[in-house]
Order: sequence, then structure tokens, then C-alpha cells
Amino acid sequence: MSSDDVAIIGIGIHPFGRHEATGMEQGAHAARQALADAGIGWNDVQYAFGGSAAAGNADTMVSQLGLTGLPFINVANGCATGGSALISAYNAIRSGAADVVMAIGFDKHPRGAFDPNPADFGLGEWYGDTGLMLTTQFFGMKIQRYMHEYGITANTLAKVAVKAFRNGSLNDNAWRRQPMSEDQVVNATMLANPLTQYMFCSPGEGGVALVLASTEAAKRLGASNAVFLKAASLRSRRFGSFEVFSPWLSLDRAGSPSVDAARAAFAQAGIEPGEVDVAQIQDTESGAEIMHMAETGLCADGEQEELIQTGQTEIGGRLPINTDGGCLANGEPIGASGLRQVYETVLQLQGRAGARQVPDAPAVGFTHVYGAPGISACTVITR
Amino acid sequence: MSERKPVAEGLFTWPSDEPQLIGARCTGCGVVTFPAQRSCPSCTGTEMAAELLPRRGTLWTWTVQGFLPKSPPYKGPETPKDFAPYGVGYVELRGAVKVETRLTTADPAELRIGREMELVILPFTTADGDELVTFAFQPV
Repeated sequence: MSSDDVAIIGIGIHPFGRHEATGMEQGAHAARQALADAGIGWNDVQYAFGGSAAAGNADTMVSQLGLTGLPFINVANGCATGGSALISAYNAIRSGAADVVMAIGFDKHPRGAFDPNPADFGLGEWYGDTGLMLTTQFFGMKIQRYMHEYGITANTLAKVAVKAFRNGSLNDNAWRRQPMSEDQVVNATMLANPLTQYMFCSPGEGGVALVLASTEAAKRLGASNAVFLKAASLRSRRFGSFEVFSPWLSLDRAGSPSVDAARAAFAQAGIEPGEVDVAQIQDTESGAEIMHMAETGLCADGEQEELIQTGQTEIGGRLPINTDGGCLANGEPIGASGLRQVYETVLQLQGRAGARQVPDAPAVGFTHVYGAPGISACTVITR
Repeated sequence: MSERKPVAEGLFTWPSDEPQLIGARCTGCGVVTFPAQRSCPSCTGTEMAAELLPRRGTLWTWTVQGFLPKSPPYKGPETPKDFAPYGVGYVELRGAVKVETRLTTADPAELRIGREMELVILPFTTADGDELVTFAFQPV
């Protein structure tokens, strides 16, 4: 570790799924657990960043956690809300503004697919009126094109979902903990060809909080098992990338924001994608996990077919991906989702992941979120 | 159908025997947008000229919308009981742009990447009874 590093000294989670508790209460639950994990009190936190997409202003949580007067900034950045809170916390520590900072994300969405408002995305009402404003269509069309270009098979899509539910069955905090067979996944209702019902994650509920500290503060607070956030990056889309809610695409195609965010994170960390021991990447649906593997540099385009068919992305494989069941098994509470990936990575690096522990003491973790209207946030975390 | 109104002004020429989508081309870098917009997201220029887009193109990718979309924002007339899946795709219009569009078929056997497609204007009656028309592409 170097004095520039940012340590993660405490993690907390409220189980994902469907609950009585409000989204805010789930966030506060996660915050208290993160403080307990760090062995510190809310009074020790000097700065906080947090957000939710549909469950209220994060900063009002101080009325539950304690009115200590700390600066608490609300973050709203779609699916990268958690990632953006984390980057803000990271920057606050790197800049010297504070040395113990909390990043928090939580959410609680109604049942069923998201129902976004075209105007919020700069689109005419006709786009929603005529039935084009659905994230599910985008994911179906993106993987359809990808399968055509790179020879990914429908069975590989099914295997990604089966892995997610199997890993979810090993995770007490996951929403969907019932393993499923390939037949069940393939024969489920087709929602957006080639993707069936069980290849999609659902909007859900949950909360995650992380306590970050400078290396000096980590020492002062007696953090014994800290891991280090070596990089945190966020990128928006460039011209030519294929994004959700696009009434048109340019003739020439460019890389996605995931490509840029991952490159930036690996460069900042001074770590190569090939060094990653465990990765949590955005699996809004099966195809997204497959495409994001290549976009983030973890493999080449088309290589996924063999990696997945030979089990290399399973917990015991060469490149374990979404070891906690990912979005497919955990659902997607937008504000919490990116931080869940970091939570799982910390558990894996600390050897605390129990039945789903990646063998041989993984040392390098990677996380990736992607969302509307074309943003991505990545982290690199090491022991 | 000619008395029906378009779902939005400025999306396509209507009424017309040979309707066309209306885009805009950047006078600086040549990038085409659909619908027309006033600035170019590629070169950041602000000189855009309206351009009628080719009526034919090739299917670049596709899916089938398998469930009734939430309303709002969807304004279609279907109920969960009578909903029939509909096709959606991107059609590449040569020398111009790829446009996202409803397709006239939802049969995967008819939808093949690279297939020739043609613009059609179809009636779209909303759940509120508004008699509109919207654009779609059909296999040639």
C-alpha cells in the first residue's frame, strides 16, 4: 500500500429483494452495519455521499443515523449512483478534504420493468407513446447484434443465468436463491428476443454502505483487514456507441462507456485486466454480462463462448464473475447496485465469502456498472 | 388514413404517397441525426440541414417486445389479454443513419440481420382513442 491509497475499512448491506422497510431504512441498516464492521461510530465519519433513484434523498438519513452536522452530498447518476458516490468519497479522501468517508446507496422500486419518462432523457413523447422506451428492447437488440458478429450461442446466454442463480443460492443476502436448470431458463417466457424472463434482472430493493479512509486514518482507527480502492472511474458515452434509449445510431460504431471507464480504472490502478482474480460486472441480463466481459477488457470479443461453456467464469474457474449472483440473483435497486459489487469484492479479497469464496486467496478485484443514458463506473480493488 | 395525425410533427412526411423520415445532416461533418436536431453530437457544430431519409435500408438488429409496456409512457390500445408481441429493430439507411423503429412483423423467422426493409406509415390508435399514424419498417 502507498500513502495515496484509499482503504475500505467497513462494509454493510441490507439484504436485497422485497421488504417492508423503506428504502431509506434499508440504507440506514447498511450504514450501521458498515460502521460496526469498521469498528467506528457515526461520529467518526467526516463526510458522506449517497443516493437512491426512487427512495428519497440520502442526506435525510442523518435523522436516523445521528445529526452530527457532517457534510452529506446527495448523488443522482442513474445506474452509476452508487459508483458515483464511491468516486466522490475516493476523491474527497485523495484531495485531503476528509479522511473517513461513507459512500451509501439504497433503493426501492415498484414491481415490473422500469417506466422512464422520455422527457427525462431528452426524447420526444412519441418515443414512449409508441412503445420504444424500454430498456429490455435495447438489451435484446444489443446482444442480438453481438451474437451475430461474434458467434455467441443461446445456450451460453442460459448458462450465464444458471450460474447467477447457483451463486445466488450461496448468498444469504441475495433475492433469488433458487437454482434453475438451463431448460427452465431457455423455456421461460420470451421477453425481448433472444432474452427470456430468467435472463433478465428485476428492479428490486436493498442498501449498501462502505466506510472509506485514508491509509493513515485506517491505521489510527485500527483497521486490521482493510482492502484498497486502487481506482474508481466514471465515463459517459462517446459519439457512436450503442446505447439504451437511442432513436438513432450513427453508421460508424465506437466503443461503449464501459470500454473507457474500465481502461481508465486499470490505468489508474497500474493493473492489467489479466491480473483480475474476481470480477463483478453489470449483468442487467445474461447478454450484458457476456458483452461487458469484453468491453471491460477481461477477454476478447467472442472468447466468452468458450470461457462460459467450459465453466471458467464459475466460482472455481479461471475468471470468476458475479460470485454473489449479480443483478440476476440480487435484483437491481439502482442506487445500491454498484456498491453491492464492491461489498462482494471486499468479502472475496478478505476471504469472508463463505460458501461462495473464490479459492486460492484472490488478490485483485474488479467491478463494473453500466446504465442509462450510457454511463459506466468501474473500480479496481486489491488486498 | 389520411385524416389521422402523426404521433409527432416533424418525424416523417405525411400525408404522402412516398412517406420519408425527416432527419438532419450536419453541414460541418456530415453526420445525420433522427429525429432532426439543432446541434451535432459528433462535431458539436450547430449548422444542421433538414434531410429526407432513404425509404429503404437493411435490418441491423432486432428484438420482439414480448410483454405489454407500462403506461405511461406507452399509449397503445392493448390490454394484457389482447396484447400481441411486436417487432422492434434498427434499420441501417445507407449513407445516412440507423433508425430505431417498430417492425411490421414479430415473427423471428422473418427477421434476419441484413434483410432489406422498407418504411411504411401505420395507423396507431391510442388507448384514449386518438387516431394517429406512426412509422414502421416492413420486410421487402
